Amino acid sequence: MSTDTAQPAPGGLLGWFDKRFPVISVWNEHLAEYYAPKNMGFWSFFGSLALVVLVLQIVTGIWLAMSYKPSATEAFASVEYIMRDVNWGWLIRYMHSTGASFFFILVYLHMFRGLMWGSYKKPRELLWIIGVIIYLAMMATAFFGYLLPWGQMSYWGAQVIVNLFSAVPGIGEDLSVWVRGDYVISDATLNRFFALHFLIPFILAALVFLHIVALHRVGSTNPDGIEIKEKKDDKGIPLDGIPFHPYYTVKDTVGVVVFAAIFAAVMFYAPDFGGLFLEPPNFQPADPLKTPAHIAPVWYFTPYYAMLRAVPPIAASQFPGVVVMFAAILIMFFLPWLDRSPVRSIRYKGNLSRGFLAAFVVSFVVLAYLGTQPASDLYTLLAQIFTVVYFSFFLLMPIYTKLEKTKPVPERVTT
Amino acid sequence: MTTETMNTHEADTGRRRVLVAATSALGAVGVGFVAVPFISSLNPSAKARAAGAPVEADVSKLEPGALMRVKWRGQPIWVVNRTEKMLEALPSNDPKLVDPNSEVPHQPEYCKNPTRSIKPQYFVAIGICTHLGCSPTYRPEFAPDDLGKDWKGGWFCPCHGSKFDLAGRVLKGVPAPTNLWVPKHMYRNETTILVGEDEGAA
Repeated sequence: MSTDTAQPAPGGLLGWFDKRFPVISVWNEHLAEYYAPKNMGFWSFFGSLALVVLVLQIVTGIWLAMSYKPSATEAFASVEYIMRDVNWGWLIRYMHSTGASFFFILVYLHMFRGLMWGSYKKPRELLWIIGVIIYLAMMATAFFGYLLPWGQMSYWGAQVIVNLFSAVPGIGEDLSVWVRGDYVISDATLNRFFALHFLIPFILAALVFLHIVALHRVGSTNPDGIEIKEKKDDKGIPLDGIPFHPYYTVKDTVGVVVFAAIFAAVMFYAPDFGGLFLEPPNFQPADPLKTPAHIAPVWYFTPYYAMLRAVPPIAASQFPGVVVMFAAILIMFFLPWLDRSPVRSIRYKGNLSRGFLAAFVVSFVVLAYLGTQPASDLYTLLAQIFTVVYFSFFLLMPIYTKLEKTKPVPERVTT
Repeated sequence: MTTETMNTHEADTGRRRVLVAATSALGAVGVGFVAVPFISSLNPSAKARAAGAPVEADVSKLEPGALMRVKWRGQPIWVVNRTEKMLEALPSNDPKLVDPNSEVPHQPEYCKNPTRSIKPQYFVAIGICTHLGCSPTYRPEFAPDDLGKDWKGGWFCPCHGSKFDLAGRVLKGVPAPTNLWVPKHMYRNETTILVGEDEGAA
């Protein structure tokens, strides 16, 4: 970005392209002369790793689509065909199914990093909002994809989720029929879910592009939550910044290598991960007349599922539970305006913020566990308590971030 | 000459605004019309609607206390041949029920009665839990170990623990908010039930 007028225009092939497409300036603006804080550390791995997994999901997904048949009579058998008969089909499918769970693990860690560093605070509100939209698009993709193997859990999980729409007062029944394209989950539903499962990842990729554009406009933040742009040398380069390339590209490559080792270990030795990544009932073909003994969504949805079950019906309507479940996600959009703290990072916030963040993480994990378990009186009560904890992290934030005493923020980044 | 024309004629911004508004409004109407086939094509096709046609259930060989399933609109339909003992036990459930008198219209008008059926003996219901659409398990026995000594037969939903009595009425304190749906149905003859059609009987 810095105007190096002294540098002569390059010749040769690069020069030919650069006259017709801004190769050099894009490279410089986003890599060679994009200055990232030098202290980003461990927690900055997960964004780039999530991007790697998105690419993995798109590539393996396209390969799977070449052998898969989105038809109620053929879908289950075509997945078995991929697993047994297609050359390396088992590997590509396990990459895809393991990748789906790891995508959520990485994104949850990435979001937690955002909460710790206060990455959502001014001027990064839009960056955060695009991120929440990405999360919603991911959940939609995962939900549509989960029906495709047409196993018992696919079928009944979709049945439960689509029926959420029928809880909408007035138009509910018609809405759920419209979503399914039939009176029950059927071939029509499977076919359209496949189309959407194929489409949304490309929208997701476009959203990731916007996420990065927004990031590069405001600059990366860091564990200290201070703006490196405020202290620049006489060339206009942030004193605490280092060029993304080669420093962070090399660092992120190390992250990819370590991640790939962990990923491969799970994929080869525990692809179903004890029934969490691939649930046992899904090894039976969908049967509309027989419900599995226990229905639970895949682990990355279970916190919200636990909240849905925790809310008792009001006036003979399931709707309040559905509202609470969606509110749990939508409330994230308002986070930039709920945090009234004068400092960004949890390092310099007070004990109240630390306590609430810890309670939030605990509630998310506990709800995730409860969502995988059959409902009992004790578990329902626990789910109700932790739903309240989950929401109080957000709703009380304007109060506790204002109330607490913050620590002084350093002038320059610490290491 | 062109410059002269441009200079002498002031742009009529009011007129432009009207034209832009009119064009936009007409465009929006056009988009609305074009959206109709796209939205409508997601609704059940003619084939799916035809598959929703009524089905017959022959109850002549249904043993007392037994349950049979037929499929209508892809949903399980239960027909239960209730015994005298089962029918006599029904009113005693009333205090434990959310809606003992079937006030919520989850049944045709002709089934809004204590047994929620046309003939007390045969109970017809859609076998899908009103909570989140699982299919509950038939538990006709009285006072089994797992459901307690007050259990007088009914259905238990394995998904989230909802309980219904033998008239498909939901018990208090379970996730399901309402009684099971009773589909419209009619008797073709003494032992043949047609599900999904009642010839406007009400």
